[in-house]
Amino acid sequence: MMMTDLRRRDAAEPAGEDAGVPPRIAAIVARDGWNAAVPAAGPAASSPPTNAHHAQKATMADAKISVSNFDFYYGAAKVLHGINLDIPDRKVTALIGPSGCSKSTFIRSINRMNDIIPDARASGTILVDGKDVYGGDADVVELRRRVGMVFQKSNPFPKSIYDNVAYGLRIGGMRNKRQLDEVVERSLTRAALWHEVKDRLHASALALSGGQQQRLCIARALAVDPDVVLMDEPASALDPIATSKIEELIYELKNNYTIVIVTHNMQQAARVSDRTAFFMLGRIIEYAETNEIFMNPQQKMTEDYVTGRFG
Amino acid sequence: MTANLRRRKLFSRFFEILCALAVVIALIPLAMILFYVIKEGAGALSTDFFTKMPKPVGESGGGMANAIVGTLILIGIAALFAVPVGGICGIHLAEYPGTKFSSVVRFAADVLNGVPSIVVGIFAYGILVLPVKRFSAIAGGVALGLLMVPIVVRTTEELIRLVPGGLREGALALGATRSRAVFGVILPAALPGILTGILVALARVAGETAPLLFTAFNNRFWSTNLTQPIASLTVQVFTYAISPYDDWHRQAWAGAFLLVMMILTLSIAARFAVRRLERMNRS
Repeated sequence: MMMTDLRRRDAAEPAGEDAGVPPRIAAIVARDGWNAAVPAAGPAASSPPTNAHHAQKATMADAKISVSNFDFYYGAAKVLHGINLDIPDRKVTALIGPSGCSKSTFIRSINRMNDIIPDARASGTILVDGKDVYGGDADVVELRRRVGMVFQKSNPFPKSIYDNVAYGLRIGGMRNKRQLDEVVERSLTRAALWHEVKDRLHASALALSGGQQQRLCIARALAVDPDVVLMDEPASALDPIATSKIEELIYELKNNYTIVIVTHNMQQAARVSDRTAFFMLGRIIEYAETNEIFMNPQQKMTEDYVTGRFG
Repeated sequence: MTANLRRRKLFSRFFEILCALAVVIALIPLAMILFYVIKEGAGALSTDFFTKMPKPVGESGGGMANAIVGTLILIGIAALFAVPVGGICGIHLAEYPGTKFSSVVRFAADVLNGVPSIVVGIFAYGILVLPVKRFSAIAGGVALGLLMVPIVVRTTEELIRLVPGGLREGALALGATRSRAVFGVILPAALPGILTGILVALARVAGETAPLLFTAFNNRFWSTNLTQPIASLTVQVFTYAISPYDDWHRQAWAGAFLLVMMILTLSIAARFAVRRLERMNRS
């Protein structure tokens, strides 16, 4: 049932990723109103080289992260198909979709966490601040300092709370005790954890509750002062109270950070995000303002998913 | 109840009993060894045993102070040799499990693990005793170290693999280089386990006799000189046990008791360290 639906949609969409639309078109389309369903404009398609330059420049003004024609493979299996997506600065962008639709693979591609997986391969471009993260001159360590990440399972190091937050700074070479103290306090405050832990900064991080551990991981990511924070289902292992704390936090953080969040929880996407991309079987089906996705989806599949008809 | 079901239940019962029996058979020797060693050894243990030197043949009393110190020196040399080599190999195997080089290293470690200890002793004799024409503590220590290397390699590898993958990702996501992540986060998390693993390996090689017979030899006198023959608990136990004197037999039991207790304590400590890691994995 689901499969037939899919096939029909693919056939009806000449502008689909597989139809060979150059990446820059999607970028231009995105610039002109963010609507992925708008068909490609004729002149843009005819001269790719100049347009590439043009599109890149144009999207730089709007987008913090600009993804063009991005494919990803695990060995021979292609799991991401021609992803085109512009993620705006200082906004929350949610990635939703059923399990196994490669949202996590996609978000982990942005800071190249997939590099450690053997046999994994990427093609296409992901620009962060206009620089290709997969380009030859890209430095993955530098990239990850600008693009922080919070994982599904909280993963505090078996060290003290203080040392967890200070870790990123210390590997960056910061030794000054006073500076470290300052950043640790600021990061924990931003992660809404300071008041709960200020009296036991040197206690083990493993003694914290699940929700606190996750906020500690957020604080740890913020400590290195990234521009972008990627969150891969940050609240999926937490109870509703801890979840609501994380959501409030995300809402606060978007004033200073560009946030990309993968979530299975559609209410969560609706609550915290400004824009939502709906993924399905490694493709983006629809990408628009969150309100649009939930109130007025253009695609039948999006509607079916957000209203809970499948997934 | 149908006949078929009755037959199946009987069959199942039969195998349960068979399994229980196998467990009992496996445990009986262990229980008996512990029983005899404790019965004979615990009583023979005294402060003299730890502090006194062996008495001349025919005189009763005395202890194994030189052998205890000798064993400590020997396993000290072994650790100095085996821990850096084995530890770094183990880290490599855990971090780059799929490479061709890794499978060669792993295979080599397994082969080395299977080499009889007497062969390792002959090897150490050939390269460290024959050229200088003298038994030495160094030769004995290196022989024990060679036996230790494969155990340290596999322990390190397995314990690093037990560290939750999330810790590695967390460190990398903060901009740590791979070596930074390994030495700053992963290794410290695995360290209590690796350390106890090393202690267990030490306890195991401390129980080796054969490779010491023609490397460290033995020494009836107090010696801490690394280039001279040195006494060890195991060789002393061996010498005393095959002697015709009751007092020496008593002391041999005490030595055996000491060795067994050492291994038992360290094995229990190792279990706790591993359990701690497993808990971290689950949470």
